[in-house]
Amino acid sequence: MSAPAKIAKPLRQDGKGQGADLSSLALNLVGLVAGIAGWWALTASGAVGLPPPPDVARKFVDLIANGQLATDILSSLARVLTGFLLGVLLAVPIGFVMGWYKVARALIEPYLQFFRMIPPLAIIPLAIVTMGIDETPKIFVIFLASFLASVVATYQGVISVDKTMINAARVLGAKDLTIFLRVIIPASTPFILVGVRIGLGSAWATLVAAELIAAQTGLGYRMQQAQLYYDLATIFVSLITIGLLGLAMDRLLLAVERRLTVWQERV
Amino acid sequence: MQPKIVFENVTRRFDLGHQSFVALDRFLLDVADGEFVTVVGPSGCGKSTALNIAAGLLAPSEGEVRVDGKAVEGPGPERGMIFQQYALFPWLTVRQNVEFGLRIKGEPAVGRREKADYFINLVGLGDFADALPKTLSGGMKQRCAIARAYAVDPSVLLMDEPFGALDALTRVQLQDQLLDTWRRERRTVMFITHDVDEAVYLANRVIVMAARPGRLKEIIPVELPYPRTEEIRLSSEFTAIRNRVWHAVYHQQGTQREEN
Repeated sequence: MSAPAKIAKPLRQDGKGQGADLSSLALNLVGLVAGIAGWWALTASGAVGLPPPPDVARKFVDLIANGQLATDILSSLARVLTGFLLGVLLAVPIGFVMGWYKVARALIEPYLQFFRMIPPLAIIPLAIVTMGIDETPKIFVIFLASFLASVVATYQGVISVDKTMINAARVLGAKDLTIFLRVIIPASTPFILVGVRIGLGSAWATLVAAELIAAQTGLGYRMQQAQLYYDLATIFVSLITIGLLGLAMDRLLLAVERRLTVWQERV
Repeated sequence: MQPKIVFENVTRRFDLGHQSFVALDRFLLDVADGEFVTVVGPSGCGKSTALNIAAGLLAPSEGEVRVDGKAVEGPGPERGMIFQQYALFPWLTVRQNVEFGLRIKGEPAVGRREKADYFINLVGLGDFADALPKTLSGGMKQRCAIARAYAVDPSVLLMDEPFGALDALTRVQLQDQLLDTWRRERRTVMFITHDVDEAVYLANRVIVMAARPGRLKEIIPVELPYPRTEEIRLSSEFTAIRNRVWHAVYHQQGTQREEN
């Protein structure tokens, strides 16, 4: 499964020279071409029973032409975005409440820690039994996956706001509400955005697995069908699409994140 | 004339598990209006505790601090504070940082900007009003924090080792600039440091504290004229006072030098 998110920390390095950027981009390309060439060589020599690149490319064209790929992408994206947005929209306020009020933290945290240990996919059997086999159980597990990732990040963000900064606001006359709106929220934004990115990654991973188990459309479902007919090219097309879409969404969020946190000191 | 700040038998205990520890023991001090006092002492002498109580960020266990005769019961804009770690809001520009307190006061946009720009220029950051803190050096950040504290027009400035994180050269420049600002915009200043030279150079009076429990040890007047200059810093009078403060700080019973 190709989950897109490998996010380590909110701080990144930047500010390398243009030349360094270009040469690393060139190296990226070289690596990519070498990889495809290797794949081609391996399949041509018959060492592995995988489809060679041209077959996969042809299948890509076919699936785009008959509209199946677009249908699958749309239904997968609709699920992931619905679940993901619901998850984040609930996670951010709950994370704030947990970070701000000790009582709320103590009440909610045991559940959070417990459910974090259950892979969202393990909820699928229960979800199917209780919610039926339509879209609801899939959206629910995606919601759960993105909620759990984002809520922890938000709450960590709130509790790690520098106390001196809060004191600084206080001596300038700020009361609790002002401190919350003008200090806590902006100061925890970088954490929240990292959480949201991790949430999207885990939502995407969960989605594809959920479709493998229970769906009638989507990229995961397509692979599952292809498996029945030993249609390896379609499986490759789906895998590549899943990876590319995940990457595209992650880059998009990264761009948003950089935009919103230009003020951060990066090491 | 009534003193500006009065510490009246201020005691502060902290609970550490089963035992409690006295950070500040019956601290007594009057600071006159417009006076510049510096507070020096070894680690654990309660100097930051005293300052935080005056700021209203910490409640005393016993006794009280009065500012203009009124007991301190929490932070207030008449008491500005400056922190060692600057505590600027990194997502705001220099001007927005300086405007932060004015916004809370409900100052209209036009007056806010005018006032902010006045203090930004006063600390010499005029060219950096629209810069984000991450682009500033440590010294510039602290100047921005000073402008931010001044902007809400406090009558008292509480400074907690504000130049402690700066290199020696920048520190000397900021000392001169702070004194210059203070002479033009006179406020009562209580300034904490553990640099003896800095304490003497800035102050009307140096308050020396002792540790375990944190308490007042000695008050040493600095009878040197303002503006303080390099000649004063290198004069024998300065050295004599500096030596006196040094002895008071470092030769305390039961206090070792290397304790910093």
